[in-house]
Amino acid sequence: MSPSDTLLGRNLLAIGDLSRAGIVEVLEVAEAFAEVSRRAVPKVPTLRGKLVASLFFEESTRTRLSFETAARRLSADVLSFSVSTSSVKKGESLRDTIETVEAMGADALVVRHRASGAPQQIARFVSHPRVINGGDGWHEHPSQALLDAFTVREAICAARELEPEGSGASIFDGLRVLIVGDIRHSRVARSEICCYRALGASVTLCAPGTLLPRDAESWGVSIAPVIEDALAESDVVSLLRLQTERGSGESVPSLAEFTATFGLTERRAALLKPEAVITHPGPMIRGVEVASRVADRANALVTRQVRNGVAVRMAILYLSLGGEPALVGAAA
Amino acid sequence: MSASTFLIRGGTLVGTNGSRRADVLVVDGRIEEVSASMDGPSGATVLDASGCIVGPGLVDLHTHLREPGREEAETIHSASHAAAVGGYTAVVAMPNTEPACDDASVVADVLARARGAACDVAVAGAITVGREGRLLAPMAEMAALGVVIFTDDGNGVQDGDLMRRALEYAKGLGVTCAQHCEDSVIAAGGVMHEGAWSSRLGLRGQPGLAEEAMVARDLGLVALTGASMHFLHLSVPAAVRLVAAARKRGLAVTCEVAPHHLALTDAACSAYDPTFKVNPPLRPADWVDELVELLREGAFDAVATDHAPHPPEAKDLPFDDAPPGMLGLQHAVGITVEALGGVGRLDPVSLFGLLSRRPAAIARLRDHDPRPGGQSAQGGDLSAGSAANLCVIDLESPLEVTPASIASRSSNSPYLGRTLPVTVRHTILRGVPTVRDGIPAW
Repeated sequence: MSPSDTLLGRNLLAIGDLSRAGIVEVLEVAEAFAEVSRRAVPKVPTLRGKLVASLFFEESTRTRLSFETAARRLSADVLSFSVSTSSVKKGESLRDTIETVEAMGADALVVRHRASGAPQQIARFVSHPRVINGGDGWHEHPSQALLDAFTVREAICAARELEPEGSGASIFDGLRVLIVGDIRHSRVARSEICCYRALGASVTLCAPGTLLPRDAESWGVSIAPVIEDALAESDVVSLLRLQTERGSGESVPSLAEFTATFGLTERRAALLKPEAVITHPGPMIRGVEVASRVADRANALVTRQVRNGVAVRMAILYLSLGGEPALVGAAA
Repeated sequence: MSASTFLIRGGTLVGTNGSRRADVLVVDGRIEEVSASMDGPSGATVLDASGCIVGPGLVDLHTHLREPGREEAETIHSASHAAAVGGYTAVVAMPNTEPACDDASVVADVLARARGAACDVAVAGAITVGREGRLLAPMAEMAALGVVIFTDDGNGVQDGDLMRRALEYAKGLGVTCAQHCEDSVIAAGGVMHEGAWSSRLGLRGQPGLAEEAMVARDLGLVALTGASMHFLHLSVPAAVRLVAAARKRGLAVTCEVAPHHLALTDAACSAYDPTFKVNPPLRPADWVDELVELLREGAFDAVATDHAPHPPEAKDLPFDDAPPGMLGLQHAVGITVEALGGVGRLDPVSLFGLLSRRPAAIARLRDHDPRPGGQSAQGGDLSAGSAANLCVIDLESPLEVTPASIASRSSNSPYLGRTLPVTVRHTILRGVPTVRDGIPAW
C-alpha cells in the first residue's frame, strides 16, 4: 500500500502508512489540540458518542494513559482492556477477543502487543473499527515517532523564533538525527527512522554491533562507527532504552560497559552543539543510557514529549475516526 | 472382463529414460499391456489421457498426517484425499504425531488406520524417544515393521554424539536417517528468515547458517560412520551445494526441496500472515532463484511437500505464536512444473524422477508386491506386469487454486489465488482410479 497523504478515516499501523504530507497533517492538527490542552477545561466534545477501546496485550503505563487521556479530552468513551484481567488469560484467542470488542461497538482500537504485526492481523479481523498501533513487538510505535517529531519541531521552532503551527516539515530539511542504543529490538527506532526520513531529515544509527538491526544499511540510514564524532554533528539525539525484557541484556556484556561505550555521559554531552536537542521515549534509566544531569538539561525534551503525547494522540484519534482537518479549529 | 479393467488412452507415457505416445491397459491392479495404440478389450473403462503425460503415481517423502493426535487439523484419510487429488499414490508419514511415532505400537497403529486410505502410507519412525533428542528410539522394532526412514523432523537432532550413534545404529539395521537440519542455538528462536525483511518487520530471524551448519556437521558424521542419510527440506543454496559435493565424493546422501521454497520468498511474510510461516523459513528471492537453478541442475533427489496442515485458529495467532507449516500435497506437481521451466520447457522424465521414482527409491517403495489393501510397488518403470500406480497430468489445463478446491481438512495453503500450469486428471492406485477426470472417487 502506498503512503497516504491523510490519516483521515484510516488505520495507523506503521509510519509508512503516511506520506510526508500525511505526517505533517498530524503535526498540524496536534498543534490545535495542544492549544486545547493548555485551557482551563482541556476538553472538547469532538468524539462524543464514539467508543475508543484500548487493548493492551502487553503492559504499558505511559502509552496507555496518554491514549486514554487523549480519548477522554475528545469526549470519547473509553473501554479499557488489560490482559492481566481479561479472558485472554483464560485462553481466548486474539481473534475472538477482538471480535468481542468490535461487537461492543468500538469505533477505534488502540492496540499494544508483544508480537510484531499483531495490529496488522487485528485490522484484518475487524470491519468497522479503525486500528491504531500502540506499539507492536520490535516492529513499530508510530504515535511515539509522531510525538517525537512534534516535540522536536516545537523545540527547534522556539530556538529559531518560528511559529511551529503552519511550519510544515521545513525545519526537518537537512536536520541530522542520531539514534543511539538498542535499535535492533526497538519499535521506536523503526518508527522514528521512517518518520524523520519521510520529513526530510537524515538519520544516523549508533549502537554496539549486537544491537544494530541486520541489513540496516538498506533502510537509507548511515551507521556511525564513533559515537563522539556523530554527537558533534547531530541536531537531534534520540536515546533508546536497553530492552532487557526483549533480549538486549544478552547483547551487551553489562550495563556498565554499555554506558561506558554508548551512554550519553556528561563528558559526551559536552560534545553536542549548543542547540542540539535530546529525546527519550521513556522509561528512562538514568545512569545507563543517559547521565542524570544530562537528562535534566533544558534541551532534553523528555517531559515535553510526555505532555505533547496527549495532543498528538488526540490528533491521531480525531483524524483516524474521520474528523476533517479543516474543521479542527471549530472542533478544538 | 473384470470391473477393474481400465484403458488409459491418448497420453504420453513417461518412462525412466524418455517419453513416447502409448496407451496403457490396466487389469486387476497391474499394467497388462503397453502399446502405441490399442482399443482394449470390450468392457474396459476408458480414461482419456489426450494432452496428458502418464507417469508413475507421485510419492511424497515428507507428509504430516497429524493422526494420531491432531485430527482437527488433518486425518490420515483427509490427507490421503489431498494426496490423491495432487497425483500421489504414496506418502511417507512423518513421526511428529501425538504421541510421537517412536515405537512399534504407534507404527502399527498408523499402518492400521491407513487401511482404505486413498493412497499408500509408509511410516517414518523417530530417531529419539519422544523426538526429544536424548535417547535412541527402538529403531529395530520399528524397522521390523518395515520402517526404513527415521527422523525427528520438526526438530533436528542437536547432540552430535547422539546423531553419530543414531547413524551407526541405523547402518547396522540397513535403514536411513533423515535430518531436519536446524541448529537450534544458531536459529535462536527465529520465526522467519533473518534478512532485510525480518529486520524491517521486527520479527526474530534465523540465519541460513542454522541449516548449513547442521548439514556440514551431518556430512562429517556420514563420512565418519559410513551410514546413509537423507536431508529433509533444504532451503539454503550453500547447504545444497555441500550435499551435492559430498554425493560426488561418494557419500550415500540424498536431499529434497519443498515446493514452497521454490515458489515463495520471505517477502510473503510482509503482512504478518502466519500462512507463510514455515520451518525452514521462506528465503529471499535470490536464494529461491538459486534453488530453482540447483533443481534444474539435478542437485536434488526429490521434491517433497512438507505438507503441514493447521486449523484456522492456529493460524489466527500472532506470527510469533502461530505454528509453522503449510499445505503442499495438492499443488506440489504444479509448483514443480513451474520450477522446471513451465509446460513449454518441461522434461517429464525429470518431473517424475523428482516426484515419484527417486523418492520411491529413497523410501524403498519400489519393490513391494501388490497386495489387495496393502502397499504396492511405487515409482515403477510402467512396464507390463508392474503395479498400476499411475498419475496422469493434463498439460493443457491450468489450475486455479480456490478455497473450495482444497481437499485437506485444513485450509492453510499458501497458493490460494494462484494459477498453476497443470492439472492432475487421473490418479490410479493399485489399478483403480482415486481421481478420475479431476473428480475424486470418494
